Amino acid sequence: MKKPESVIIELAPRFEVGAKSALQNTQLRRNMGKATQTIRGKRAAVVDELSDWESLRVAGQHIKDDVMQHLDTYLVQLEDAITRAGGHVHWAKDAHEANEIVTHLIQATGSKEIIKVKSLTTDEIRLNEALELAGITAIETDLAELIIQLAHEKSSHILVPAIHKNRSEIRALFQKSMNLPDLTDEPKELAAAARQFLREKFMSVRVATSGANFAIAETGSVCVVESEGNGRMCLTMPDVLISVMGIEKILPRWQDLGVFMQLLPRSSTGERMNPYTSIWTGVHADDGPQEFHLVLLDNGRSDVLADSVGRQTLHCIRCSACINVCPVYERTGGHAYGSVYPGPIGAILTPQLVGTAYADSLPYASSLCGACYDVCPVRINIPEVLVHLRGKVVAEKQTQLKSWFDGENIGMKAMATTFAHRSTYELAQQAGQLAQWPFVYEGYIEHGPGPLGKWTAMRDFPAIPPQSFRDWWRERQRDE
Amino acid sequence: MSNSSRNAMLAKIRTAIMTGSRGDFHEAHTSVPYSAYDDGNVAARIELFAHRVAEYKAWVGHCTSVGIAQAVAERLMIRGKKRMVIPSDLPDSWLPKGFDFVRDSQLDRTVIAGMDGVLSGAALGIAQTGTIVLDGGAFQGRRMISLLPDYHLCIIRAQDIVGVVPEAFAQLATTRQSPMQPYTFISGPSATSDIELNRVEGVHGPRTLDVFIVE
Repeated sequence: MKKPESVIIELAPRFEVGAKSALQNTQLRRNMGKATQTIRGKRAAVVDELSDWESLRVAGQHIKDDVMQHLDTYLVQLEDAITRAGGHVHWAKDAHEANEIVTHLIQATGSKEIIKVKSLTTDEIRLNEALELAGITAIETDLAELIIQLAHEKSSHILVPAIHKNRSEIRALFQKSMNLPDLTDEPKELAAAARQFLREKFMSVRVATSGANFAIAETGSVCVVESEGNGRMCLTMPDVLISVMGIEKILPRWQDLGVFMQLLPRSSTGERMNPYTSIWTGVHADDGPQEFHLVLLDNGRSDVLADSVGRQTLHCIRCSACINVCPVYERTGGHAYGSVYPGPIGAILTPQLVGTAYADSLPYASSLCGACYDVCPVRINIPEVLVHLRGKVVAEKQTQLKSWFDGENIGMKAMATTFAHRSTYELAQQAGQLAQWPFVYEGYIEHGPGPLGKWTAMRDFPAIPPQSFRDWWRERQRDE
Repeated sequence: MSNSSRNAMLAKIRTAIMTGSRGDFHEAHTSVPYSAYDDGNVAARIELFAHRVAEYKAWVGHCTSVGIAQAVAERLMIRGKKRMVIPSDLPDSWLPKGFDFVRDSQLDRTVIAGMDGVLSGAALGIAQTGTIVLDGGAFQGRRMISLLPDYHLCIIRAQDIVGVVPEAFAQLATTRQSPMQPYTFISGPSATSDIELNRVEGVHGPRTLDVFIVE
């Protein structure tokens, strides 16, 4: 099997390996604990003040349901509307095609430099690396993206890529890379340093790229939601704007923004509204870029659409509420997931985009506690999809020859046969009762034999009691 | 390449829609009873707007329609601002004497960036979220002038403030032109949550935002 063109996955270590080394980093755990706790509190406060929050979630889910069922129609509608408004629409089936389109568009302008609004989609396709190969420098303008870029690191959170770094670490980085030896670790000063550092670029670079939070099929409008104003800069100052958007980000109608512009800011940064939102439609005479391109990206999304259980994953609006609430993410941080999409949503999105065979440890990176489902603004049933994907991982493994010799697979298959019939089940129970005695201590098995030891390393297994429920029931029937 | 990719993508999407359909999907127009309006109490709505804008660490004041120029003068004095860029159609009656107001008629970006601030009107306000909406319409000018200067003094009419977010989009739909105008939603001064997830005011957009509500 050839690895698909979508290149989100680092395919570095498996989740459990990455998680183990992350857990040993106490600074990381402190930073993550503090940050996720802060954001959880803020989100809860602004969600609680809306009495119609649950209705908004249902509305969001229904709108996205509708989008998926009519995706082809809406995409064509969007294309028509943007073209009428003086913009250009391009279609890219995978990362490679998208990068090629963007590179050509930039080359046509003659610019060797672009400014960039933070965009997960362009991270997913590794646009910056593709541009570098073509001799084009992409300058990240979002504060956290800038931090990551200057530190030559990878993002660990979809909204706050530098969440794993605290203020003193950021200060040290800026002191060095911006040549500001007197900089303090006061967040206000750090932000001011970034403002100064990027201002000249905003004023002079002629081409910008962005992602898109929403696009409205009905009107052809594209929407970018942000905080710092770097988005406004990139969307307003250059001559040419190129936006890359996953096909699933589309909304049918203008009025749908009334729902999503409540769901997104409250779920994401825990604010009633984010500082800046820009909505543009094609090109506007005498205002902003006079050339606009939208690249519609598939890159595995239509495969997700074709899976009736997995499809809901495409409802995601990248708010990061599930990430912030996840007990696993809080402890391991984002890098362990080996993907630009970490946390619960990443655990279901990544394997579906690249194929479960390439990310088979991710569906297990969860305790299935369901907190992610509760906070999801569009009600994606993440545990349901996780279990569905675990099933796919196992089914795929069972098609391979080596599964014949795999202890877990043999054990599970034997168990399935045993549990299928009453007689075999009861026989196994009796045999177990006899065989377990060397391991039982006060009604529990604390150290299981052989491969079971892995399971009992984390919790005790209740011993099979002297009298089973079935025995007791039979006795009771006899006595009456 | 482009056209064949387009058709191949659409064909794949159409097949996927059929294969992956659960059969019980919802239509977008399913009526879900979220709040589309506030309770209609105008005084409370304006008070809420003022309160919510101020929570973003913007300054909020009130004035009358004949008192705009005086209010602007007072505010600019306090902020120590002299040279202000203004949209080309801003009424003279808003402009106090003793300051340098420069009308934007395709001014160069470096000139705009060199100004002490921008004085503008607004299309709409949203009380629930403390949001100001600019649509490039009357008294607002192009997007660049409200972005480059470090200080924004925004004048909004009380009757342009709506209650909740869905109302704002409904309202904007009624005033939309063809082709559609660009929109900027502003909720407080520019800010970031990128350092330890705390909101810090002041990155690339105007770091100081003052708002007058005209009643």
